[in-house]
Amino acid sequence: MAGAEGDDSLYPIAVLIDELRNEDVQLRLNSIKKLSTIALALGVERTRTELLPFLTDTIYDEDEVLLALAEQLGSFTVLVGGPEFVHNLLPPLESLATVEETVVRDKAVESLRKISQEHSPVDLEVHFVPLVKRLASGDWFTSRTSACGLFSVCYPRVSSTVKAEIRQHFRTLCSDDTPMVRRAAASKLGEFAKVLELDYVKSDIIPLFTALASDEQDSVRLLAVEAGVSIATLLPQEDLEALVMPTLRQAAEDKSWRVRYMVADKFSELQKAVGPEITKTDLVPAFQNLLKDCEAEVRAAAANKVKVFCENLPEDSRETIIMTHILPCVKELVSDTNQHVKSALASVIMGLSTILGKDNTVEHLLPLFLVQLKDECPEVRLNIISNLDCVNEVIGIRQLSQSLLPAIVELAEDAKWRVRLAIIEYMPLLAGQLGVEFFDEKLNSLCMAWLIDHVFAIREAATCNLMKLVEKFGAEWAQNTIVPKVLGMANDSNYLHRMTTLFCINALSGVCGQEITTKHMLPVVLKMSTDQVANVRFNVARCLQKIGPVLDSSALQAEVKPVLEKLATDQDMDVKYFALEAISVLALA
Amino acid sequence: MLSPVLCSDLAALEPEYTEADVISTVEFNQTGEFLATGDKGGRVVIFQREPQGEYNVYSTFQSHEPEFDYLKSLEIEEKINKIRWLPPHNPAHFLLTTNDKTVKLWKVSERDKRAEGYNLRDEEGRLKDLSTITTLQVPVLRPMDLLVEASPRRVFANAHAYHINSISVNSDCETYLSADDLRINLWHLNITDRSFNIVDLKPENMEDLSEVITVAEFHPHHCHLLAFSSSTGTTRLCDMRARALCDQHAKLFEEAVDPSRRSFFSEIVSSVSDVKFSHSGRYLLTRDYLTVKVWDLNMENKPLETYQVHDYLRTKLCSLYESDCIFDKFECAWNGTDSVIMTGAYNNYFRMFDRASLRDVTLEASREVCKRRAVLQPRRVCVGKKRKETDVSVDSLDFRKKILHTAWHPKENIIAIAASNNLYIFQDRMAPNGHHNTPEIQSAPPK
Repeated sequence: MAGAEGDDSLYPIAVLIDELRNEDVQLRLNSIKKLSTIALALGVERTRTELLPFLTDTIYDEDEVLLALAEQLGSFTVLVGGPEFVHNLLPPLESLATVEETVVRDKAVESLRKISQEHSPVDLEVHFVPLVKRLASGDWFTSRTSACGLFSVCYPRVSSTVKAEIRQHFRTLCSDDTPMVRRAAASKLGEFAKVLELDYVKSDIIPLFTALASDEQDSVRLLAVEAGVSIATLLPQEDLEALVMPTLRQAAEDKSWRVRYMVADKFSELQKAVGPEITKTDLVPAFQNLLKDCEAEVRAAAANKVKVFCENLPEDSRETIIMTHILPCVKELVSDTNQHVKSALASVIMGLSTILGKDNTVEHLLPLFLVQLKDECPEVRLNIISNLDCVNEVIGIRQLSQSLLPAIVELAEDAKWRVRLAIIEYMPLLAGQLGVEFFDEKLNSLCMAWLIDHVFAIREAATCNLMKLVEKFGAEWAQNTIVPKVLGMANDSNYLHRMTTLFCINALSGVCGQEITTKHMLPVVLKMSTDQVANVRFNVARCLQKIGPVLDSSALQAEVKPVLEKLATDQDMDVKYFALEAISVLALA
Repeated sequence: MLSPVLCSDLAALEPEYTEADVISTVEFNQTGEFLATGDKGGRVVIFQREPQGEYNVYSTFQSHEPEFDYLKSLEIEEKINKIRWLPPHNPAHFLLTTNDKTVKLWKVSERDKRAEGYNLRDEEGRLKDLSTITTLQVPVLRPMDLLVEASPRRVFANAHAYHINSISVNSDCETYLSADDLRINLWHLNITDRSFNIVDLKPENMEDLSEVITVAEFHPHHCHLLAFSSSTGTTRLCDMRARALCDQHAKLFEEAVDPSRRSFFSEIVSSVSDVKFSHSGRYLLTRDYLTVKVWDLNMENKPLETYQVHDYLRTKLCSLYESDCIFDKFECAWNGTDSVIMTGAYNNYFRMFDRASLRDVTLEASREVCKRRAVLQPRRVCVGKKRKETDVSVDSLDFRKKILHTAWHPKENIIAIAASNNLYIFQDRMAPNGHHNTPEIQSAPPK
């Protein structure tokens, strides 16, 4: 044992330092995650002169270790002696910013951005900016891509000469030979534009944006779309038409579907950025084209935006634009050849009813909903059903019930259990909107049928569904409609169905309350304690444990206790285990 | 035309070799400084060019192991079907390797420093007496002998129902394709759990199957163009900009077959075994059983140039069919300036065609003839009577000795030829530093 007093406190740190080089990755990772402990023990001086130089050269490690290291270094300023010494963190982060693994590089850049704020303006120019320049002119694309993310954090805090140099470096990277660097530059273009003076946005950023948006690589052009959105928010309205719109128009009609997809995907942001006038003159026709695009992926992306786009149209002309320009396209999409397009549309189309109001909904949208409810693809029908609440607010659900019912029944019996599962989840919502009467008449039998589905996940969801229905319709309704049916299954010849009874009781006892539980459910559970299948018996024990709190103490002592005691002597060890557990949880011992 | 000279002696010294040693792919990296070979045993050997010009072994690693697919009750061979180098990222080198089912991304890197100094142990690894520890020691890095490590970075699995025949890295440097008999998938290099199917030739009913994909390759500069060829002798060019699914091609390169020359073997011999875009991106080179063809991307109906590789086999197709040789998949290669093309043949012969002068040459890569620093002598195969002593009769060709895999240095006149377990590297006798003007040969023992 260590004798000296100092050794005791050194020992754990010594282990941590040694484990920085352990063969086991997990131990190395643990050590790196406790790097602050090591640094604290070493003190600021030794951290700067010994630990950081070692870490700078340790970039051979596994990605997860490097990732943790990159993250740690972002909050290391205090441990190297505060802002005055923060630049000591730059060398290890610089080498991490050049590794091939994107997640590690990104984390290193994130940490560099973080600590850049802790540099004094002088240190920023003396230490940080030279690092950015080194990365920007590095031999390997990995370092140049990392540089792209660092310009915007130093630009606002440096002198105008340095600013000019930074702009020059960014320009160079935008026309780099490798597409990776151009992509990195394109994705940071918007961010960089935000910190630039407006004059430079116009004189520097716009030409770069135009060039990147007509790059030979699709993957660069599509990133320029997003930059375009950010740039548009920075420019005064009168400049948009001349500086940004030609490029964006070109992007919306790009030869590559991936670029058009990006335009469709960013359409609502774009709409906000360019304002109502350009929306009316340019975006509406562009949106129509995207909805009619020859590539299904583009149509689906555009279809997803239908509701948001319509919502954000200028109020004075909203209804006219929708009725004359958007709705005709939507009508075509309802019978699109591609199911992803239809299902994207189905997930938003109901939202149009709140925008268009009752009359238009009944006249124009209702027919579309009905078509989609009959669609051959279950996902489309499900998406309509899952959004019924929007229509409910406007016209009430009754208008739909005629078509709704067959659609629900068909989904409820779909061959794919995931589809059945999805529709079960909407049952409580549907029940609430359709009312007790309609439910009892049409849907109750479906809910009961799911209880004997051959897939466990469905039976489980069905049980949970019953609980939610009782929450909606009350205990009395439960007692009259579902409880008898559930309890009837206790005599089923299939033990899986008998277990379903127990699972239902687990779920229902709480919402049904003490009286129903004691009077109707408990006798059935107790009777099942003599079931010949052990799985049923131990589920009886679990069930009793679960419903115990709902029962009063006399029932517990007089009825539950003897049964559990008997089960505790069962020859099956699982039954015994759960019986004993129930006895102890219910404090019946 | 090139006159090759062996440039360093890497030939297998052991005449005995096992099936696992047979080289199954050869590929130079972008600069030509490195050359990778894969073999039937799942191994990858990387050679580095020394300042003197010779290629020496840089790193060897086991890329794939034999596996068993329990669901389909199928053995999965470890044989490396293709290797492709990624454009340089950083000082390390990255390459994709594939067997029939799984593509892997490997990193080959150098390490020349080692950390020293433990707190709790001495340099021999013995535990120190704890009472002697009074200060903390931070490890320091010391120089050590250069160590080259190969580490697997990504495994792209479970995306192919059939055998992968090609992989190709896109010029956008972030995606690549993998092609099997019926489908082509597009992957992102950073994402292993998902790929996009871009071409699917699988018919609803497998009895309607009329063609399979034999090779697929991306255009060297245009990230949206890819070419794939099929067993029916056609090569299709697809534009990924037009649609997400490239089942509909933009162009179809196919030569009408002269009906008078049609035979039972017509379709088999027209099956395309390799496709290479020229470095310029303007032309496509395709190899079928008997010919290599150069196509202009702007002319679909017939090839610009057709070169006979071994026309003398036309009369022997029947016996080649019986021995299965007719299904051999010969590869082809462009030189750095797209002016010469190269492809393999039987009897350890390989052929080169000069496109401008229309001269062609047959050379032999074998241990017997490849003497160091000796210029390779042209060979001639004759159909009838021998005209010269050195002529070889068609009947005496050895069909077990075939050169399927060849590669040309991206810039210089250096070629790599794989002949069973041997790798021969030849260079032009007139090296750029100014010796003479004929290629020399260097051959390499894989192991």
